[in-house]
Amino acid sequence: MAARKAFDELWGQGSGETPRPGFEQLGEWLKNTPVTELARRQAMAEAAFRSLGITFSVYGDEQAGERIIPFDIVPRMFTAAEWDKLSLGLEQRVRALNAFVADVYGPRHILKDKVVPEDVILGNPQFCIPANAIVPPHGIYTHICGIDIVRTGADDFFVLEDNARTPSGVSYMLENREAMLRLCPELFAQLAVQPIDTYPDLLRDMLYSVAPRGSQEPTCVLLTPGHYNSAFYEHSFLADSMGIELVEGRDLEVADDIVYMRTIEGRVRVDVIYRRIDDAFLDPLVFNPDSGLGVPGLMSAYRAGNVTIVNAPGTGIADDKAVYSFMPEIVRYYMGTDALLPNVETFRCREPQALRYTLENLEKLVVKLVDGSGGYGMLVGPTASRQEIDDFRTALMAEPQRYIAQPTLALSTVPTLAEKGITPRHVDFRPFILSGADRVTIVPGGLTRVALAEGSLVVNSSQGGGTKDSLIIAAPELQPTEEQHALPYSR
Amino acid sequence: MRLTISHSTRFRFTRPLTNAVQMLRLTPQSSLNQTVLDWRIDVDCDARLREARDGYGNCLTALYVDEPVTTLTITAQGQVVTDDRAGVVSGLGSELPPGVFLRPTALTMPDEAIGDFAAGITRSLPSTLDRLHALSGALAERMTFETGTSAVSTTAADAFAAGRGVCQDYAHIFITAARARGIPARYVSGHLYRRDGAGPQPAGHAWAEAWVDGLGWVAFDPANGTCADDAYVRVASGLDFADVSPIVGTRRGGGTEEMEVEVRVTKSTARRQSQRQGRGGSWQSQSQG
Repeated sequence: MAARKAFDELWGQGSGETPRPGFEQLGEWLKNTPVTELARRQAMAEAAFRSLGITFSVYGDEQAGERIIPFDIVPRMFTAAEWDKLSLGLEQRVRALNAFVADVYGPRHILKDKVVPEDVILGNPQFCIPANAIVPPHGIYTHICGIDIVRTGADDFFVLEDNARTPSGVSYMLENREAMLRLCPELFAQLAVQPIDTYPDLLRDMLYSVAPRGSQEPTCVLLTPGHYNSAFYEHSFLADSMGIELVEGRDLEVADDIVYMRTIEGRVRVDVIYRRIDDAFLDPLVFNPDSGLGVPGLMSAYRAGNVTIVNAPGTGIADDKAVYSFMPEIVRYYMGTDALLPNVETFRCREPQALRYTLENLEKLVVKLVDGSGGYGMLVGPTASRQEIDDFRTALMAEPQRYIAQPTLALSTVPTLAEKGITPRHVDFRPFILSGADRVTIVPGGLTRVALAEGSLVVNSSQGGGTKDSLIIAAPELQPTEEQHALPYSR
Repeated sequence: MRLTISHSTRFRFTRPLTNAVQMLRLTPQSSLNQTVLDWRIDVDCDARLREARDGYGNCLTALYVDEPVTTLTITAQGQVVTDDRAGVVSGLGSELPPGVFLRPTALTMPDEAIGDFAAGITRSLPSTLDRLHALSGALAERMTFETGTSAVSTTAADAFAAGRGVCQDYAHIFITAARARGIPARYVSGHLYRRDGAGPQPAGHAWAEAWVDGLGWVAFDPANGTCADDAYVRVASGLDFADVSPIVGTRRGGGTEEMEVEVRVTKSTARRQSQRQGRGGSWQSQSQG
């Protein structure tokens, strides 16, 4: 699989002797810290995660129970310049996504102007009819976006996926940093790393800002499907760090189009719901009638403008993979300029020419279900068996509109601790972008996911990927002075 | 035609319920086909009603009860003047684009039999309108109208295979067949004035609308093999029955329930005095003890 050498975040295209400009200290640290010491620290971090209960469960893997996501001690780093460039692109993208969702459930100009074909939206199961013609408080739909970024070269960043529904993983970003600060303090003494521990505050500020107009002291809650959900740890962690209630559907009720939380002191009116359950389970009177996870009448309260739902119902249309392929056009349409962060080249199998190309090049391509997620329902051509390729060929020919295909990218690598020592492994990156009533905020960090198997390009935690801390270096004017720098540093 | 409609639903619970939330789709809207002169929803307990529109633009009433009751009667009634426009439905106001109504749903999932049936009928006819008429006629001929053989959860494919069903099944099959031929189609709930003088009915009526380029939405009643005329009062539309159920709800307590529906559609000849109901955000229903 190692056809050509991938760009390495630390060494660039180099041989592993000279780090890229700006990465000298990180390179030194890595060279000077013995592998046994790194392994010892990594084991400590994982033991801590286990004792904290930072676990996730893998759907369909009954035996596995709850696991911890493997953590890698070697961080990935962005220079201030790289981060600035990324941030601008991310903000632009999220603003466009928000304008798009507002348009799709409102006047639908983008369809009338034929920038996106009508059937891509109207025939899409992610086009949520109950959300039609509802304008959420402050007009924000995609309050929390986790945009997956991959890199193939020094200046080549691509958006792989827009997670605009209920992106997860931010607790790992925060916990990884905690572990790194504790286990590798010398690294943070040397590098002017921007802090990310403000994330829960930023998230809470954002939630307050989007409360329906007129709420003086809004009550926000985090709605979880419960402890059987794979991301339950994150739900409780976030509610706890924001100081808001963690509730399940049965803790809420709707009366007269107003949402209340049942407490031992009586009913408390709820203004903002940060929901971590899918649209289909929000309200059994509107969506799946068999679900007990949601709140009967919730959509009526939302429709009446009495509660903010974060993210808004129906935002799934923005991160559908068929829609993704139109993002360059969507950004241009709403922002008036080209996307600062390009898409990965995407073949829409619904188009005959793209289908033909895909079928002829299956062993070179990554093929994905437009409505798949978590690394399920995809074919990674270069590593797939003959049988897998044949199965996908059959599926593609039967229902081509359900698939997109992308070239297999040479994802960048980051030095990673493996059994044999430090070795490059492919990574992606998920920063979290918050859209409040009056501003877009991005905490300087994100979740770096790493494919732990040699040569593997699949970073999903459900497919055996791990995570790393992501260090964003402060711009020179924000960096501490020499005096502050002279912290005791010894090992 | 001036029609007086009364649609009442009575629930009986074996134990008092403590709380209920229901969504009602019982209120017709004015269009070029029908003018709603007056309409009101009455509930026989201290319930609160909130009016809104759903995603399709249908009138939606949220009903909240939080006092112990063992019976609950919801009555929707009013007068509507209808106009025969040969099935062409227009003037409904805000609507979703027809493209939405090509989507299959659980109740309208196409199968081979319906696909073949639709293809066999529509292949020879050049115009969409002719195809739809043929489809509606063929369905009325092929299916036997029979109550008690299907349920609200019966799919188009199952009803078609069984060869019998009620208006809901006819509508689902018609919609499924039309969509299979690339024609947007939607499910319509409403009321039918029975010219044969039939008495009170245990349910409302259902039919379908299909999109004809250049003409717009055209209403077909495949259970009667005809287009909708001035005997029809349209209440709500959606992708299938599940989107327009007259009443869906959840409750706490109440034990098991029994439900009884009575629909009366009568023709009013003389102009009667009618009281207009306020159309504000909410109104208190009358308590009848």
